[in-house]
Amino acid sequence: MQCFSQQGGFLLPDQSHSIDRRPWLLLSPALVFITVLVVIPMAFILVYSFYENIDLAVDVPAFQFGNWMELLTDGYYHTAIWKTLRLSVIVTVLAAVLGYIPAYVIAMTRYRHKWLLLLLLILPFWISFIIRTLSWIHIFGNQGALNGLMNLLGLGDLQVQLMYTEFTVIVGFIHVFLPYMILNVYVSLEGIDRNLEPAARTLGATPWQAFREVTLPLSLPGLAAGSLLVFVLTGGSYVTPLILGGPSDFLFGNLVYDAVVTELNWPMGATLSFALLILLGSVVILYSRLMGMNQLAKAFG
Amino acid sequence: MARVELKSVRKQFGPVVAVHGADVVFEEGSFTTLLGPSGCGKTTILRMVSGLEKPTSGDIEIGGNRINDVPIHKRNLGLVFQNYALFPHRTIGENIAFGLKYRDVPKSEMARKVTEALDIVRLPGVEDRYPSQLSGGQQQRIALARAIVIEPDVLLLDEPLSALDANLREEMRVELKTIQDRIGVTSIFVTHDQSEALAMSDKIIVMSAGRIEQVGTPEEVYNTPASEFVAGFLGAANLLQARVINRDATHVVLETAEFGQTPVPLSHAATLGQSNDAKLMVRAEKLTLGPKGSDGVAAKVEAVDYQGQLARYFLRVGDTQLQAMNMIDGAPFGAGETVALSMNPDACAALPVGGPA
Repeated sequence: MQCFSQQGGFLLPDQSHSIDRRPWLLLSPALVFITVLVVIPMAFILVYSFYENIDLAVDVPAFQFGNWMELLTDGYYHTAIWKTLRLSVIVTVLAAVLGYIPAYVIAMTRYRHKWLLLLLLILPFWISFIIRTLSWIHIFGNQGALNGLMNLLGLGDLQVQLMYTEFTVIVGFIHVFLPYMILNVYVSLEGIDRNLEPAARTLGATPWQAFREVTLPLSLPGLAAGSLLVFVLTGGSYVTPLILGGPSDFLFGNLVYDAVVTELNWPMGATLSFALLILLGSVVILYSRLMGMNQLAKAFG
Repeated sequence: MARVELKSVRKQFGPVVAVHGADVVFEEGSFTTLLGPSGCGKTTILRMVSGLEKPTSGDIEIGGNRINDVPIHKRNLGLVFQNYALFPHRTIGENIAFGLKYRDVPKSEMARKVTEALDIVRLPGVEDRYPSQLSGGQQQRIALARAIVIEPDVLLLDEPLSALDANLREEMRVELKTIQDRIGVTSIFVTHDQSEALAMSDKIIVMSAGRIEQVGTPEEVYNTPASEFVAGFLGAANLLQARVINRDATHVVLETAEFGQTPVPLSHAATLGQSNDAKLMVRAEKLTLGPKGSDGVAAKVEAVDYQGQLARYFLRVGDTQLQAMNMIDGAPFGAGETVALSMNPDACAALPVGGPA
């Protein structure tokens, strides 16, 4: 290496030079990938959003704001944005509550084969996400397991129509995204010193107070990361509402799908995709500001 | 402040017995050390007093009240952990005030008590910092401040000094003892470090493999160990195979191959019993080396470990290896030299053969 002297120490005149360049050298593969696979395609999509669609799959290169105006003025799109944000919040909150408990149990257990519990958590990823989503039809469908059970119990009159409702969409989302929440919370719980809760207990805190004052705040970074992940994943998806939802259970992602695949209107699809990116991107930025994750990180030195 | 008493307390983890029926009294206001190697059950005893573990059987009393079923947060104890266990998301002030929140202390009083506790541990003015901004020694002082600010009945110290580096450890042990003297709280200190135990304790409880080997003042435990284990664990001891050849009103006379007949005072043979087989214990620093030809047993120096003001000698007398520690007067003896070994029988102890060691 040039920057090492023969004695193996740094040569002073070269030092600033090498320190400036090395991080960029190490980052360059990642930067190249991001540029080629994210930045450039996104730039294309942005350019495409100004094109004009004159017929099915016929686009004219142009620089006009027709697509963007349509997005801003058509109430249909606003409904989709509202539905998307609302459902994402519901799924995130439910996943946070439902995910924290197993994460806590796995992190605190004295069971020797903890890896087995973590394996069980990752196990669903071995099955296709589509198949896992479709499987709910067999449970909630008219002839599904739930209604079958009702019949067996002699409650056949209480036939419930759960399939193709917002409820099934939420269940489907939770089912698929819960492991992300659990893993994030688990990792942050695992990093907490085991003596902190006992320390709080000896100082006079009840088990619940010790949890609320010590463990919960210290696990917030994981909970925040998991929540953000689930929120963004939910906000950007379209397959789950397509399979499990009814006609009115569409998300913004479904509009993108419709524009690109069904209507073959690529300029509108590009506009909607970019709008979704801006929407979710601002949520991420706003969220990290509000949660003050930097402040929390500081506390850990 | 309160007296703590364990009555045949036993603790079992599955098939493993961590503590075999322990009967111990921790006197009010005293500083008592539980000393032993890792896995001897000392920490388990501390955790049972704190409530973090439940005894399998037996009773624990604090101030005369049985507390087996009192939950941890109602025991009013101060516990200091080896790794400090400060709350990283709270400032130093909030850390110290943590226990006061649960004790109906008014806000103004709280701030005063925090300041006072920081003064006691000699770290005034750090209320607004975070634990990660302090050094290890400072963090341990804060942990101590947090434990004493609640005016606990008992202060429990779980190897609080072992995470510190050597110089700081010695400084902190003096300070810890000073603070304990000053506030006068009943303290239970767990350590595997014999020099800490000897320097700080009013009373030492030596443990091995879940059993209590000996209870006594530092001098008693050091000078008249009850078993081979205790003799070997505290300080450097030579243990020689011996036979009892005579007993009288004041002495037991032991005979060893190396030193011949040695009359040991009865007070140094309390646990010997009536057996004729015994071990003669001679502390390394009680074996004195003299130049060849002077009074004593001839020995050969095999190796010398030079320590500045002291030298540790590894010697051979016949087939037996011995250790001696002497102040260096002029130049130390060199390896290969023949020396004359002498000792004062009054400084020896007679021990029963065997035991858990």
